[in-house]
Amino acid sequence: MLTYVLSKLMRAAVTMLITVSLVFTFIRFSGDPAAALAPPDAPQEVIDQYAEQMGLDKPFWVQYSGYIGGLMVGEFGYSVHTGRAVEELFLERLPYTLQLGGCAFLIALLFGIPLGSLAAVNRASKLDRLVMGFSVFAFAMPNFLFGLIIILTSALWFQIYLGGEGANVLFPALTLGLASMGGFARFTRSSLLEIINAPFMRAAEARGIPFMRRLIRHAAPNAAIPLVTLVGLSIGGLIAGSVVTEQVFAWPGVGQLLIRSVATRDLAMVQFLVLAVAFTMVLANLLVDTLYLLIDPRIRVR
Amino acid sequence: MTKVGARDAPTLLVSDLTVGLPPDGDRKFAVENASLAVMAGQTRCLVGESGSGKSVIGNAILGMLPDALPQLSGSVALHGENLPKQRDPAFNSIRSARIATIFQDASASLNPIKRIGKQLAEILQVHGFDASSHKDRIRDVLAAVRLDEPDRIMRAYPHQISGGQAQRVVIAGALLLKPSLLIADEPTTALDVTTQAGILKLIADLKKELGLAVLFVTHDFGVVAEIADHVSVMKDGVIVEHGAAADILTSPQHAYTQKLIAAAQPSAPDKPTTAAEELLQAQDINLVYRSGGLLNRQRTHAVRNVSLDIAKGQTLGLVGESGSGKSSLARALLRLEETDSGTIRYNGHDITHLAGPDLQRLRKSIQVVLQDPYSALNPRKLVRASIAEGPIIHGMPKKRAYARAEELLELTGLSSTAGQRYPHEFSGGQRQRICIARALALEPELLVADEAVSALDVSVQAQILKLFADMQNRFGFAMLFITHDLRVARAVCDDIIVMKSGEVLERGTVTSVFTHPSHDYTKALLAAAPTSDFLALRGK
Repeated sequence: MLTYVLSKLMRAAVTMLITVSLVFTFIRFSGDPAAALAPPDAPQEVIDQYAEQMGLDKPFWVQYSGYIGGLMVGEFGYSVHTGRAVEELFLERLPYTLQLGGCAFLIALLFGIPLGSLAAVNRASKLDRLVMGFSVFAFAMPNFLFGLIIILTSALWFQIYLGGEGANVLFPALTLGLASMGGFARFTRSSLLEIINAPFMRAAEARGIPFMRRLIRHAAPNAAIPLVTLVGLSIGGLIAGSVVTEQVFAWPGVGQLLIRSVATRDLAMVQFLVLAVAFTMVLANLLVDTLYLLIDPRIRVR
Repeated sequence: MTKVGARDAPTLLVSDLTVGLPPDGDRKFAVENASLAVMAGQTRCLVGESGSGKSVIGNAILGMLPDALPQLSGSVALHGENLPKQRDPAFNSIRSARIATIFQDASASLNPIKRIGKQLAEILQVHGFDASSHKDRIRDVLAAVRLDEPDRIMRAYPHQISGGQAQRVVIAGALLLKPSLLIADEPTTALDVTTQAGILKLIADLKKELGLAVLFVTHDFGVVAEIADHVSVMKDGVIVEHGAAADILTSPQHAYTQKLIAAAQPSAPDKPTTAAEELLQAQDINLVYRSGGLLNRQRTHAVRNVSLDIAKGQTLGLVGESGSGKSSLARALLRLEETDSGTIRYNGHDITHLAGPDLQRLRKSIQVVLQDPYSALNPRKLVRASIAEGPIIHGMPKKRAYARAEELLELTGLSSTAGQRYPHEFSGGQRQRICIARALALEPELLVADEAVSALDVSVQAQILKLFADMQNRFGFAMLFITHDLRVARAVCDDIIVMKSGEVLERGTVTSVFTHPSHDYTKALLAAAPTSDFLALRGK
């Protein structure tokens, strides 16, 4: 049990280090950040001066060790545009993204899982086909397109103008959450169907255990095991989706910040954001692994 | 109909039961006008092959027929009282309380993520028993099914106990509420012979002690000989013969019954044994599995110092229960697994560390037929493409490979047009024929059959064993025949090796091992095989 947790933690740390290193390397070889920062027709001396200011003239290994050393002491760097600490900028935006992501996640969970269960129990019925049809639609629809349709219809028909400061979180959250919901519903259905047809479910029926009890006490906990993985992984999807959705709805979150920073080659900012995303993913994975321990005894007692 | 004496009414009486099939089925009724009775304290075996409708009768008695299989007519009565309609919620209070069931795969019939004690307690709970008495009752019933350490079992999860223990747990659950009828649906088919013998004895004992009426569904006449008081034989949904066990076993009337009984008999091989050239020689093979990550490394010594020889054209049987290391050994010999020590010689060449193109050539001359014919064939490939794939990879022109595939299909007892169909259109036995044809397509010198007939019904089993023998006579390949079933080993092998816990316990010719087993374990295996009493019974 303890070794299980320890080995997972070790793996998480290694993942973080690899991610940070990759981002650090790629961002330096994919174009000159100093040139991007300088005005288009700036002479070479100006660009060199920028590079020197940002430490880009130093050898790669010196830059790298300096950066990693900074990370160890919580020194994440400064945004070249505003001159402010990157974590400060990030924390300013974070509440918006948490609000959007959290609402989207809730929508996905609270609708996806019950809908999927309903479809599984009424397999091959009209209800099943309706739910699955809707799920495929929600899953396949690109985020931005769905967002644009919502904005258009609300503006044209109801004269409600979405987006900007003080806008309602409902519509962007719906846009972001529906895609995950489709995935959850489909996966819940297939995973529950598999369990419902398992021999132990027939055996439970033969022992005189009533239908609802079989479903809730026996099928649901077993079906939840693979579902936990999907839910954990979907956090990554939510982050990716939020970048697009925030842009469409002009939602002032981290996703918007990321797009702007990448476009302007704000090195320290991009590095920090990628670090934050990686950290979230690693955390989600750790959470999934720990949940596994709680619900699946076959892992626990190994 | 079984004659029912007026002095004792049957516990279970099924009268003229007819169950429909969906319109696209291969026959009109799943079960047609079936009638049978089971008396208290007696066992009726319902015998038939898969698809004969025997399990459908079991489900109908439990009120568990799915909508696709509607009960069209007939009745089921328990103690003279008709049971509710199919799927009626009223059945919940009858199941377990009055009619208990045990299934083929006991481990799979337990919820994998709940403790066993909890699962047993749930049966008491849903049938309205007071929670305070649960523990004692469960402990009692676990003791009744001869499980030591009932407290450990109660705390365990299903994956922490063996298959035999799981079947005992399931039987314990079935007995908790003291039912009057026990339906046992192939409860020992998935078990090793020694475990099977234990479970059969337990069921027989409990029947006597508790006066249970037992309806025992099986395909195996060996098992029937062991436990049945009465027998009903089923074919294509119809009960073709019934009567007292002794009568049916000694003088079966229906041709189908005769065929089933004949298929369950051991038959001795009559191949001349000549001193042939050695094909495969293995010496002091050791194989250790290592698992786990950096922090929790584990070692399993799967094969210990095993040596064996297979001569050209001969068949060596590798017999052992699951976990005995027989499949690991075969994988090592096939070079699918690296050995930790020992040498393997093939046609006189050392192949222990063969690699690259040489290994590819070796693979061509050693072919495998696996246990499960359903998963061994690519479902999206035409049968002839599956068969021709090997020869084509090894350089045969496509046209010739396809022609050869059709030839082989005919040789293995299928039509040549079978090649233009997909695997799902064939039955299990037919698929195994396809697998054999595929293995033969590369003209192997050695054919490894890993439990190749274990998943098949007995009569199909006999056909496939005969096919192996015919093909061996024709093509002259040697065989390594891996099985847990002594009956099967006896029918096809020249020599036999008995394995347990990765070690060879005994080796010799079929006749010597079967008539004069030297090791106690072999004796136990022979004694436990359900057919051992079979001949004696038939001789009566």
